[in-house]
Amino acid sequence: MDMMAVSQQDLALIGAIADGLPRTARPYRDVGARLGLDEAAVIDGLKSLIDRGVIRRFGVVVRHHTLGYTANAMAVWDVPDDDVGRIARKMAEVPYVTLCYRRPRRLPQWRYNLFCMVHGVARDAVRDQVEHLAGRLGLLETPREILFSLRQFKQRGAHYLTCERAAE
Amino acid sequence: MTRHSPKAAPSGARNEPPLDAVDRTIVNALQGGFPLGERPYRDVAEGLGLAEDTLIERLKSLLERGVLSRFGPMYHAEKMGGGLTLAALSVDDDDFARIAVLVNAHPEVAHNYRRDHAFNMWFVIATERPGDIARVIAAIEAETGLDVLNVPKEEEYFIGLRFEA
Repeated sequence: MDMMAVSQQDLALIGAIADGLPRTARPYRDVGARLGLDEAAVIDGLKSLIDRGVIRRFGVVVRHHTLGYTANAMAVWDVPDDDVGRIARKMAEVPYVTLCYRRPRRLPQWRYNLFCMVHGVARDAVRDQVEHLAGRLGLLETPREILFSLRQFKQRGAHYLTCERAAE
Repeated sequence: MTRHSPKAAPSGARNEPPLDAVDRTIVNALQGGFPLGERPYRDVAEGLGLAEDTLIERLKSLLERGVLSRFGPMYHAEKMGGGLTLAALSVDDDDFARIAVLVNAHPEVAHNYRRDHAFNMWFVIATERPGDIARVIAAIEAETGLDVLNVPKEEEYFIGLRFEA
């Protein structure tokens, strides 16, 4: 689709930092050294990938479970379609919400169109937080459910493009 | 891109595991962005009142301890030409293990969580081409005999995990 917008140099850059940015004083220079690019070219290349939305954010991924967050909840909400954006943006300002997505309803099996994640150390506390969230956003009457995770069966890093493919 | 500014969590403290104040500040600061300059760690460290070396060493330690899984760019699957969706199945409890094996056997299945709901198996499918999502779903439906609930993201409002510093 938008694949043509991603050049060979973009792919090389993506491949070079697929496992993360070096933890060195001059990380972009060090990435460039692997690719035969200078520091400025690496910085410009990353800037361009961010501007084009290929990189959606740059930072860390927190392993909630390792951190002790064993109560991992997906809270789902059935909010009016014409109000979902406004509600989601307000939800995104609440500190204990870690992710918020709009997703399609699948009636009749699935009525919920707004999903958010809340991670905590205890289920009761997470339930309280979701209740607090509902109160704060005026959603006390809104149909909602909390889906706690019982067990994780599989987790791998989602590397959408592997180093091999980047080197094609 | 701008760095994320830590925000106070009014009712979060009682529901947060221990992590020292410097680590919390670093985790808060590094989730929302990272500068594109010659000395990015130094620039972040200065904003946090830390030395560059301290930030780098702390970040290394957080990664080694598995608190953080990775430090780098998060890609937008669709813009990379790939496909990404969240899907769920409603599985009989007695049959859960067998179905999990069938679903997890697909290399495109990135995460799979059991959740306490009628839809009790939730997984992410990530493919190199958008059209491959439908192929993976069709295969899972054929192999399991179950209907897949497919709820792709329509819009993402990213927030990140925030601690009281």
